[in-house]
Amino acid sequence: MARMKLVLVGNGMAGMRTLEELLKAAPDLYDITVFGDEPHPNYNRIMLSPVLAGEQTVEQIVLNSRDWYAEHGITLHTGMRVTKIDRKNRCVEADDGQGGKTHADYDRLLLATGSKSFILPIPGADLPGVIGFRDIADVDAMISASGQFKHAVVIGGGLLGLEAANGLKLRGMDVSVVHIAPWLLERQMDEPSARLLQKNLEAKGLNFLLQKQTAELVRGESGRVCALKFKDGDSVPADLVVMAVGIRPNTALAESAGLQCNRGLVVNDTMQTFDPRIYAVGECVNHRGIAYGLVAPLFEQAKVCANHLAEHGVARYQGSMTSTKLKVTGIDLFSAGNFMGGEGMEEIVFQDVGRGSYKKLVLKDNKLAGAVLYGDTLDGAWYFELMRDATDVTDFRDKLLFGRHHVGDSGAGGGLGDEISRVMALPDTTEICGCNGVCKGDIIKAVREKKLFTLDEVRAHTKASGSCGSCTGLVETILAATAGGDYSTAPSKKPLCGCTEHSHDEIRAAILKDTLKTMPETMRALGWKTPDGCTKCRPALNYYLLCAWPTEYLDDAQSRYINERAHGNIQKDGTFSVVPRMWGGLTNPKELRAIADVAEKFNVPEVKVTGGQRIDLFGVKKEDLPAMWKDLSDAGFVSGHAYGKALRTVKTCVGSDWCRFGTQDSTGLGVKLEQMTWGSWTPHKYKMAVSGCPRNCAEATIKDFGVVCVDSGYELHVGGNGGIKVRVTDLLCKVETEAQVMEYCAAFTQLYREEAHYLERTAPWVERVGLSHIKARVVEDETNRKILAERFLISQKPAQVDPWKERADGGQKHEFTPMAALA
Amino acid sequence: MNENWIQVGRVDDIPRQGARVITTAAGEIAVFRTVDDEIFALRDKCPHKGGPLSQGIVHGKKVACPLHDWKINLDTGLAVAPDVGCAARYPVRVEDGRVSLSLTPEDGCPNR
Ligand code: SRM
Ligand SMILES: Cc1cc2nc3c(=O)[nH]c(=O)nc-3n(C[C@H](O)[C@H](O)[C@H](O)COP(=O)(O)OP(=O)(O)OC[C@H]3O[C@@H](n4cnc5c(N)ncnc54)[C@H](O)[C@@H]3O)c2cc1C
Ligand code: SF4
Ligand code: FES
Repeated sequence: MARMKLVLVGNGMAGMRTLEELLKAAPDLYDITVFGDEPHPNYNRIMLSPVLAGEQTVEQIVLNSRDWYAEHGITLHTGMRVTKIDRKNRCVEADDGQGGKTHADYDRLLLATGSKSFILPIPGADLPGVIGFRDIADVDAMISASGQFKHAVVIGGGLLGLEAANGLKLRGMDVSVVHIAPWLLERQMDEPSARLLQKNLEAKGLNFLLQKQTAELVRGESGRVCALKFKDGDSVPADLVVMAVGIRPNTALAESAGLQCNRGLVVNDTMQTFDPRIYAVGECVNHRGIAYGLVAPLFEQAKVCANHLAEHGVARYQGSMTSTKLKVTGIDLFSAGNFMGGEGMEEIVFQDVGRGSYKKLVLKDNKLAGAVLYGDTLDGAWYFELMRDATDVTDFRDKLLFGRHHVGDSGAGGGLGDEISRVMALPDTTEICGCNGVCKGDIIKAVREKKLFTLDEVRAHTKASGSCGSCTGLVETILAATAGGDYSTAPSKKPLCGCTEHSHDEIRAAILKDTLKTMPETMRALGWKTPDGCTKCRPALNYYLLCAWPTEYLDDAQSRYINERAHGNIQKDGTFSVVPRMWGGLTNPKELRAIADVAEKFNVPEVKVTGGQRIDLFGVKKEDLPAMWKDLSDAGFVSGHAYGKALRTVKTCVGSDWCRFGTQDSTGLGVKLEQMTWGSWTPHKYKMAVSGCPRNCAEATIKDFGVVCVDSGYELHVGGNGGIKVRVTDLLCKVETEAQVMEYCAAFTQLYREEAHYLERTAPWVERVGLSHIKARVVEDETNRKILAERFLISQKPAQVDPWKERADGGQKHEFTPMAALA
Repeated sequence: MNENWIQVGRVDDIPRQGARVITTAAGEIAVFRTVDDEIFALRDKCPHKGGPLSQGIVHGKKVACPLHDWKINLDTGLAVAPDVGCAARYPVRVEDGRVSLSLTPEDGCPNR
C-alpha cells in the first residue's frame, strides 16, 4: 500500500517534536516532507540565550541534524518558505527567496509556523540595527553588533529581554533595559522578588530604565539607529535595539488559506484546524483561547497531535499550566500560577535579603494557587505539583514554606542543604524536566537500566534537561544519588548477569570447590545460557579465575575492557592516556626529564598532574603506545595502572622528613606499600594513602586502605572513597610498626580480592559484609591474617611483571597495529 | 556489485572474540571474529558518539562499544534496542583462511 503523504510547514521545536512522536508511534505510515524558512536544521530555540551569552555554540543546540532527517527518510527543505496552501488540490507551494518554487502534495498537513517577535509600531522601527530576539539570524546580528558597537538597548524587561540583555552584557556591550512596568518580569514575579532580581542583575552590570515608554528610534548619520527617545523627552544612545516586547502567532500563511485565525490558528482538542486534513501545533496555535509561548505545553500538544496523525485517535489536549524559569547563569527563579494573590487568597512569605532569597506561596481554600521563588528554587517542582494536583495542604501548611523535606517524618531526611536527600525524597512521579515532561522515576529507571553516568547520557536517553537546561542541577542530583546508590546496594543473591542463574558468590565458590580453571570450563560446569557470555560476566570470570589460580590461570585479554587490554584509558576521541607509576608520588629530575622527552617525541597534546599525585600524558595514538612505553621502560618506569581494576596510586604527604608536624615517615611507607601492592588485579580500583599526622594531607580517610600516622604508631582505615558517593573510611585498628602496616595491608587487600564482587569497591563491600566480619578475619585472627597476607604475596609474584615492557617487547602486537592499511 | 574484493589478511590475524582495524582512505573499518570464527566487518564508528567499535568486547554476534557500552549486532550493524542507530556493514568473505573485504558498504545505513 502506498504511504500517505505528510507535509510539515515550520521546521521548529513543536513541529519536529510532533514528527519524533509520530515516528515512535507509527514509523511507516507517511512519506514526510518538511519545509523550514530558516537555513538550519531544527535547533533548540530556547538555547539561543546561552548561545548569545557565549555558553553554548550553535552546533551544540542542533536537535535534529541533517543526518537525522536522512536516516528517517524525511525530505527536508531548509531556506524555503511555504507561501501557498491549495486546500482543494491538497498541495503547498514554497519559495526559496530567489524565485525558485517547490511543490509538495499532502494527505495531511501540519502547520507549526511558530511566532514572530512583535516590533513596536514606532518611528524608526525599521532602521538597521533594530531587531527582535527569535532566531539564529537575530543572535548572529547581536554578536556581530557587539563586536563593533558599544551601546545596546533592550526594550522589554520580560524573560526574553533579560536574557538578551545578559548575553549582550557578557559580550561586552553597555546594556540598558527599558521597561514600561514598575518592576521587571511583572507577569512572572511580584515586586519584592523582582527587586532582588534587579539588584542581582545590576550587580552584573545591567542598567534599568523602568516605567519608561519609547517614543521613537533615532536614525544616525550612517543610516543605522543611534538613539532612543522616550515619551518624557529623555533619550539614550543605542547602536543596537533589541525589541523583546512580546510575540505574535505567525498565522499569515494559515489566514491566506482561509483557515480560521483569532490571535492564533484555532484548533480543537485533537489539534485539528477547521480543515480536518490540516493540523497545527506550537506557538502559532490558539487552543481554547490560549496561545502558549513555552515549550512544555507545546510538547504536550505535539504528543496529542502525533497520536492522531498515527491514527490512534485517543488523545486529547486540554490545556496546560505553565511555570517559568529564567536562564541567566547564577540566577535562580521560579514562578507559577497566581502568585500575586488577591481577594480570598492568603500569602505565606519568606524573605532574606542578605542571602538574596525570597519565597512566596499563595493559597486559596487551603490549596496552593501560586508560587514565586527566588534564590533557592529546588522546591519549585514540588510546589508546581501541589498546584497541578490541587492538593489540600491543611496538614502541612505550617511547614509548606520550608520545602518538601520538612514535611512528613522530618528529621529522618537529611538536614537543610542536603540536596540529595531532598531530591530523593520526591516521589517518582514528580516532574523534573518541565520542558520535556520527564519524571523522576523515568530518570532513575534510565540511569539504572542503561548504566548512565553522565548528564549527557541521561539527556540522550530521557531528554531530561536537554532543552532549557534549568533542571540540570536536579537531574545531576538524581543521577549522583542513583548511580552512587547502585554501588552500595549490590544485592548478594542476584545472578551475576543474564547469562547465568548463579550469583557472584556461588560462582566464586564453585571455581574453588570444583577446581574450575578456564572460562569455557566454568561456563560449561555452571550451565551458562550463552555461548561465550557477555560484557558483564566475562570480565568478572576472568578476574575470579585469576584470583583463584594466580600462578596458573592464563589471562584472557579478549575478556578485558579495552583499557585493561591496551593498558591505557581510552579517551572520547579513541586516543589513550599514559600514566607511569611514581612511587608514593615521589619523583626526581631524571624521571621528569624522561617524561618530558617522551612527551615531546610523541607530540603529546596535554600533560597533566593527576589527582593521584603523578603525571598523565593525554591524547596518545594507540599505534604509538608500545614505542612510548619502551622509552618509559628504558627510563625505569612501570605502568601506573591508571586504567585498571587494580592498585592505582598510593598518595602520601611529606611526613616527618620535612613537615614540622610529621610523626612518621609517611612518604617512605607509601613507597613501600606501593612496591608491595602494584600490579595486583582487584575487583574494582583500589587506592591507598599515607598521611604523616592526623591533619591528613594525603586524604587517607577516603581511600580503600588509608594509613594515618600518629606518635604512637599507625591508624589503619578501610573502605573509603571519594567519587560519586563519598564514603569516609572505618577505623580497622591501630598498629605500632611499619612491618605490621604492611602485613595488615596485604591481608586486608587479599580479603577484598577474594570476597568482593567484581566491580564492587571496598566501600560497598565493607557495608555489605560489615566491618566486624573484616576485623574478625584480619585483626582478631592472627593466623588467618598471616595466611591472607601470604596468599597476597604469592599472587603478586606473577602480577608484578610490567605490562608495558611486555608490549614494548612485542607482546599483543595485533592490538596496536592495523591488520591492513589500504590507500 | 561487490566485485572488488581486497585481501586484508588471515583469519588467524584476528584474535578470536576480537577485532582488527583496516585503515582506508575513507576511514576505518573494523573486522570482527566471533567465538566460532565467523567474520564480520563494520564501519569502526559507533552510531552513538562515534566510539571505535573495534576496541569493544565481542560476545556472541555482538560488540559492546568501549565508550558507553551500546551493543551493536555484528551481522546487521544495528544497535541493540532500545538504542537506535547502525554502523554500515562491509561485505567480507573467507577463502582458505584468507579474509577479503569490499570497500563498498551495503545499503541501508547512513553511518558508513
Ligand atoms: C586522570 C584522573 C583525573 C585527573 O586528571 O586528575 C582521573 C581520570 C578518570 N577517572 Fe578518576 N581520575 C583521577 C583521580 C580520581 C580521584 C582522586 C584520587 O584518586 O585521589 C577520584 C576520587 C577518589 C576515589 O576514587 O575514591 C576519582 C574518582 C573516579 C570515579 C568514581 C569512583 C567511585 O567509586 O565513585 C570514576 C568512575 C569509576 O571508576 O567507575 C573515575 C574514572 C575515571 C576515568 C577512568 C573515567 C573513565 O572511565 O574513562 C577517567 C579517565 C580519564 C581519561 O580519559 O584518562 N574516577 N578519580 C585521575 C587519575 C589519578 C591517577 O593518577 O591514577
Ligand atoms: C531566545 C528565546 C528563549 C526562549 N526560552 C524559553 C525557555 O526558557 N523556556 C521555554 O519553554 N520556552 C522558551 N522560548 C520559547 C520557545 O523557544 C518557543 O515556545 C518554541 O520554540 C516554539 O516552538 P514552535 O515550533 O511553535 O515555533 P518555532 O520553534 O519558532 O518554529 C517555527 C519555525 O517555522 C518556521 N516557519 C514559519 N513560517 C514558515 C513558513 N511559511 N514556511 C516555512 N517555515 C516557516 C520558522 O522560521 C521557525 O523556524 C524561548 C524563545 C526564544 C526566542
Ligand atoms: S576525569 Fe574524572 S571527574 Fe573529570 S570528567 Fe573524567 S571521570 Fe569526570
Ligand atoms: S560512542 Fe558507542 S556507546 Fe557511546
